[in-house]
Parts: sequence; structure tokens; C-alpha cells
Amino acid sequence: MSATYTAAATLPEALAALASGARPVAGGTDLVVGARQGKAPLPDSLVAIHGLAELRGIAETGGGGLRIGALVSHADLVAHPAVRERYTALADASAIVGSHATRHVGTLGGNVMNASPAMETGGPLICFGAEAVLVSESGERRVAVADLLTGPGRTAARPDELLVAIELPAAAGGSCYARLEYRRQMEIAVVGATCAVTLEGARIGSARVAITALTPRIVRVPDAESALAGGDGGAGAVQAAGDAAAAAAQPISDVRASADYRRAMAAVIARRAVTAAIARARGSSDSVPIPASPALHGADRD
Amino acid sequence: MRYDAVLNVNGTDFPVEIEPHRSLLSVVRTELGMPGSKEGCDDSECGACMMLLDGRPVNSCSYLALQADGRKIVTVEGLADGGELHPLQRQFLAQGGVQCGFCTPGMLISAKALLDQNPAPSEDEIRIALSGNLCRCTGYQGIVRAVQAAAAEIA
Ligand SMILES: Cc1cc2nc3c(=O)[nH]c(=O)nc-3n(C[C@H](O)[C@H](O)[C@H](O)COP(=O)(O)OP(=O)(O)OC[C@H]3O[C@@H](n4cnc5c(N)ncnc54)[C@H](O)[C@@H]3O)c2cc1C
Ligand code: FES
Ligand code: FES
Repeated sequence: MSATYTAAATLPEALAALASGARPVAGGTDLVVGARQGKAPLPDSLVAIHGLAELRGIAETGGGGLRIGALVSHADLVAHPAVRERYTALADASAIVGSHATRHVGTLGGNVMNASPAMETGGPLICFGAEAVLVSESGERRVAVADLLTGPGRTAARPDELLVAIELPAAAGGSCYARLEYRRQMEIAVVGATCAVTLEGARIGSARVAITALTPRIVRVPDAESALAGGDGGAGAVQAAGDAAAAAAQPISDVRASADYRRAMAAVIARRAVTAAIARARGSSDSVPIPASPALHGADRD
Repeated sequence: MRYDAVLNVNGTDFPVEIEPHRSLLSVVRTELGMPGSKEGCDDSECGACMMLLDGRPVNSCSYLALQADGRKIVTVEGLADGGELHPLQRQFLAQGGVQCGFCTPGMLISAKALLDQNPAPSEDEIRIALSGNLCRCTGYQGIVRAVQAAAAEIA
């Protein structure tokens, strides 16, 4: 094996390595684990980015949003008060990634750039209108996360571009990410749904809904959003939003679930996300992550 | 190509020369001769290889050893204080948390990571913290009891 490795100490060093063809490794919980499982061999040329201070930290932006460094771990996201309060769906998502070890080692940047259609943070980021900040030797550009994720394992980023941060615009209201899972940890989403709503008085103002693990890439569901926007957020609207999510699904059958079951569960999980998002917008402090099954309601999961 | 790195394991610096694809687990077990951490699955499913990296749990079978260069690693060999077992180790023995023992090093490390962060965990928090560690023998009850007993003892 004639593999090469550098541990980048500075951003320019990392960018130079990418320009000469190296693949970045952050926590390695997708890249290295995938290689060990035989999904894809480890790239011959690696640049480790875990030491880059520029990619760390969560900071408030001038516009009332947040800038989250690409190296921020799922554990750090879940623990961050502003993420929990203002971007609750993102905290829901990071809280259920893998196990404790996965959440400490796995990064937001790696989750996004791995671009799995079943990955947890994509739905929340898309619903919050997040932008990816991509940097290469030729400069910086911003791409909406919705446009960054182009297909299973594919992104709109060039190989010489490093994701340095995710920027979230200001958010008001409430949000939730829920997934169908067969066990509480060490699981991947069988079906996932995100909802973020704002309130106008007692009524729903705007609504965003996205589905996960139901389409080749995580997408918003405009019909679910219009079923909610301007309405009373009552049972009828929630039902309609869930039905729209199921109608938008293009589920596959695999070892984890049949396509029919996934479609049926799409409505259930979308309703759960919508209900919790509305409740949170109205001030309820449902636990993070939202309990995966009603049987777990009241369990101490926070 | 091989690269130089220094792994600080249980407080001692070990200079090593290793290829990029080598896992932290394989280097600690075979290069450094510390076989306490186990290889169950070698792809992040079972937790038998759990170590602490800068105080946080990592599945060392799936972590590149070179990425641990210059960082602090704790393995099960680092838990006892000289001849004195760590309270977690003592309670695993006392509460029936060990049968074949294969999962035990990883369980102890995950439990230590939990108690370092949360000295008084609920039973549910213990189960979640240990969910990346599989045990095929004990049925987990003795393990959970052991962590509760150790937490009470340390407090
Ligand atoms: C046991 C286990 C359970 C898991 N459970 C879940 C789960 O429930 N939900 C879920 O969504 N995921 C899960 N994962 C997948 C994984 O842990 C997450 O996707 C994690 O966030 C990946 O981050 P990382 O830093 O480890 O990525 P890495 O493996 O280091 O990188 C992943 C990919 O992104 C690229 N990359 C990384 N950082 C950057 C960057 N800054 N710029 C450009 N490219 C970059 C890499 O080149 C690679 O292609 C699980 C993994 C394991 C091992
Ligand atoms: S050997 Fe590392 S998780 Fe199983
Ligand atoms: S004691 Fe045998 S696997 Fe846990």
C-alpha cells in the first residue's frame, strides 16, 4: 500500500492537499468505517482535517443566525443551547446519530458531505435554509444545503473544495426531526421527517417540511408545507401534511423495510414531526430528541 | 509509505511508524503490546475496541492511528491505579457485569466516559451511553447495576 497522509495544521495546507487530489477525513465514521465494511476502499491520498481550528466552534452571526464549523461534532451540537432552542430539529437529529462514540467523533461536515439520503442532519438543515460555506484555493462560495445534496453520496462540491462551515439564517417558531427506527441507538433512519413552523398569532405562518430516506436525496415537500401554512395547525392540517409527505415519497424496498411500509410510515413520521414542531412553536418543551415511539413518551431521554 | 507519530497511551508517549490505513486499535494491540482493547467486529458495531481519545469515547478499530498523533488515549489498561482497581472494574466484578469478559474493556471505557461527563446518570442514561457496546453474555442487567454502584461509590 503506497497510501499518503497529511495532517493539515492550517486551512491553506488542507486546501493545497485537496488541490493535489487528497480526500479529507474528519472523524472517519463514514469514510473509515465504510472502507472497513468494504463499501469503498480508503482513498490512497488522505488529508486529516481534525486539527483545523478554523473549522471548529459555533458562533452567532450578525443576522441572528448561527455559523457552525464543519468539525463540530454531533455531541457538541446536541449540547449547544442555541441549537436546542432555536434549531431544535437539528438537535433532535444529532442526538440520535449512532452511539455516544459516533456522536463525539462524527462531525456535521462529514454527515453533510457524505450525502447519504438517510442521513440525519440534512432534513433540518434544508428546512432551516442552511448554506454550506465551501472554500478552495480559488476562493469561497456558498451553496444552499438543498442544492449541495445532489444524490446518494453525491454533492455539488468540487473535490478541491472543503466545507468549512454551515450557516443557518435566523429562525423563529418551532421545529422537529423524527425518524422511524427499530431501536433507540446505533440505528439509521428507516423513514425520517422534519418540520419547522412559524406562528402568526394562533395560526401557522410559514411551514417547511422535508422527508428523509424516502427519496434519492432529501427534499422538501411543498404540498405538505401549503397544507400547513396559514392554517390552524389542527388535526386536519396535520393529516393532510402527512398524506402529502407520503405522496412525495419514492421509497425503496430493502432489508430494513418494504417500499409500502416506508410509504405508510412516511405519513406517520411526518405527522409526528409536524405535531411536535407546532407544539414547540407554541411553547411546549418536548424533550430532545423527540421520543421515537409513543411507547417511549415520558422516558427520560433528554 | 510509513509516517512517524507519537501516541500518548495511558500517560506514556509511544513513538510509532505506521501506514495511513492502520487503525488505532491494531497499533495499540500489536505495535504497543496492549491487548486489553478487543476487536469484535472491526467496523464500529460492537464497541469492544472502545478507547478514550482526549477524554471522549472512540471506536478505535475504525479510527486512523495517525489521527491520534499527539493526542491522549486511555485504554482499559489505564483504569486501575497501580494495583487498585477502578471502582467501575470492582463493581463489574461484584455485580455480575462480567461473564466471558470480551466486551468488558469496551464497556468499562464507555462507562468511564459517561461518569466523567455525568457523575449521577439515570438508568436510561446508562443504557444509552452503553448502547454502542454489545454483550452476548450478561443480558446487560449486571453491567447497568455495576455502573450505578460505581457512580454511587465515586460520588
Ligand atoms: C456506528 C455508526 C452509526 C451511525 N449512525 C448514524 C446515524 O444514525 N445517522 C447519520 O446520519 N449518520 C450515522 N453514521 C454516519 C456518520 O457517523 C455521520 O455521517 C458523521 O457525521 C460523519 O462525520 P465524520 O466526521 O466521521 O465524517 P468522515 O467519515 O470523516 O467523512 C465523511 C465524508 O465527508 C467528507 N468530508 C468530511 N469532512 C469534510 C469537509 N469539511 N469538507 C469536505 N468534505 C468532507 C469525507 O471526505 C468523506 O467523504 C453512523 C456511523 C457509524 C459508524
Ligand atoms: S471492534 Fe471496534 S466496534 Fe467492534
Ligand atoms: S461478558 Fe461476554 S460479551 Fe459481555
